[in-house]
Amino acid sequence: MEYKATKQGYADALKELGHENEKVLVMDADVAKATLTEQFEAEFPNRFFNCGVQEQNMLSAAAGLALEGFIPFASTFGVFATCRAGDQMRSSIAYPKLNVKIGVTHCGISVGGDGASHQSNEDIGMARTLPNMTVIVPGDYEESRLATHAAAKMKGPVYLRFGRDKYPVVPEIHGSFEIGKAKTLREGTDVTIITTGILVNEGLVAATTLEEKGHSVRVVHMHTIKPLDTEAVLKAARETKGIVTAEEHSILGGLGEAVAGVVAENHPCPVQRVGVMDTFGESGQSQELLDLYGLRAPNIVEKAMKIIS
Amino acid sequence: MLSKEKHELLRVKAKDIRREIVTMVHRANSGHVGGSLGAADIISALYYHVMRHDPKNPEWEDRDRFILSKGHCTPVIYAALADCGYFPKEDLLEFRRPGSHLQGHPYQPKTPGIDASTGTLGIGISTGVGMALGAKLKKQDHYYYILCGDGEIQEGQVWEAAAFANKYKLDNVIGFVDRNYLQTDGYSEKVMPMDPLAPKWESFGWKVFEIDGHSFEEIIDTIEKAKKEKQPVMIIANTTKGKGVSFMEGEAEWHGKPPGKEDFEKAMLELE
Repeated sequence: MEYKATKQGYADALKELGHENEKVLVMDADVAKATLTEQFEAEFPNRFFNCGVQEQNMLSAAAGLALEGFIPFASTFGVFATCRAGDQMRSSIAYPKLNVKIGVTHCGISVGGDGASHQSNEDIGMARTLPNMTVIVPGDYEESRLATHAAAKMKGPVYLRFGRDKYPVVPEIHGSFEIGKAKTLREGTDVTIITTGILVNEGLVAATTLEEKGHSVRVVHMHTIKPLDTEAVLKAARETKGIVTAEEHSILGGLGEAVAGVVAENHPCPVQRVGVMDTFGESGQSQELLDLYGLRAPNIVEKAMKIIS
Repeated sequence: MLSKEKHELLRVKAKDIRREIVTMVHRANSGHVGGSLGAADIISALYYHVMRHDPKNPEWEDRDRFILSKGHCTPVIYAALADCGYFPKEDLLEFRRPGSHLQGHPYQPKTPGIDASTGTLGIGISTGVGMALGAKLKKQDHYYYILCGDGEIQEGQVWEAAAFANKYKLDNVIGFVDRNYLQTDGYSEKVMPMDPLAPKWESFGWKVFEIDGHSFEEIIDTIEKAKKEKQPVMIIANTTKGKGVSFMEGEAEWHGKPPGKEDFEKAMLELE
């Protein structure tokens, strides 16, 4: 299996956008080497603005650039954009519905060695609760690239979430990309696995395991958390016995709660959530943390069996 | 030099604005009267003399921009915008009412003439310097006037914006600190000392002028000087919170307290 960083998809798309659209600007807050926006800087030094270690000013200044007609991609780590500069995301960008793209990397538990201070397991929840905010969590390198292009095309604030590590390339999710439109990767009738972000591969592996046991599994990849593809969720609720959600994020506030809310109000069915429990993370290797915090295919299988049996 | 006629016009406009401020906040029974009254002379000088703007064309690309970073003082800017003709004066009746475009704090998408949304302190100056950078990229020559509160500058984000403006040599930014030494919880130097203020801005790479924020001559002359600078400029405008209404002047309690019927009538008598 091929592994590639989702943040590289972001960086590559930014370079492509740099050539396509002169209104595209990139900002960073002293993590350009880590977010990989330094690659944009290398090609477009006059359209790159390193704000230093000041995420709050960066997001509000990005709002200012959007007011002047530019399309700024403000980049930092997920935990800083949402927790450090949450007010600026809310008041400067989301409330006036400005055309700012917030591209964040190092999200989820898999940031690894830096530990809890840098592991953003709450950011989807924070971004999702802001009115006007679109929230996209791509599943692999290529989808990250496509999502970044799509974000540039749409008018309005977008939160784009990427990881630090290299993650499996998942050809099933390549091709077209439409914001708010989930991708059904497998059809099935017993249970539906809804994935977001890098857990898409775990979802597919889990589905294979379940199929080998004779179960019919649907896999829906929900790259856009907001606006949520409620049609795909309700179709799954109607046509299968229940739903397992899988995300590299807290079980609070993210995909799991978004799906559960839609289902509970419209077509109640069992929902099981795979994600980080209500806890802070710790330092470790990216891959071992995914194991430790229960974000793997077997964890999804276990939850699915609760629904099937 | 300010002509006698122009000076008189600014004085009259400032008084009109003050009447409108007291009326709006009284009627809404909600809003910030003290800081709005204190800033009325600066706003009068900007909107009736200094700024290049066209109320018939609020989106005019080459207009000067004004950002009320101390966003709670909407009454002062709404009064000026309505008088200039950005929207009907009747709209002021709906200040802070459901359905009104005149929100408690400035909301750029809805209110003609409001150039940036503010409200939580510190974001306005950052948005302003971001806009100013945008104008530089577009090679435009208009100015960004940013009014900060002196309580507001206690926010760390203000100093992030200060560093940013210096880095990008934003000589199209002319800021004001409305230095009235009062904030919600009282005397500013007691709540959180910020003096000496001028050296702080200077050390961040800004040119600093200190003026009487109620003198039209000083406001206007200083802005003319500011435009000649090749760096961002901060004008520390010494003002009196509640200026124009004797019993509100220098009283922190009028930061966010709406005047009741009796106080309203007393204030309006003084502002005749």
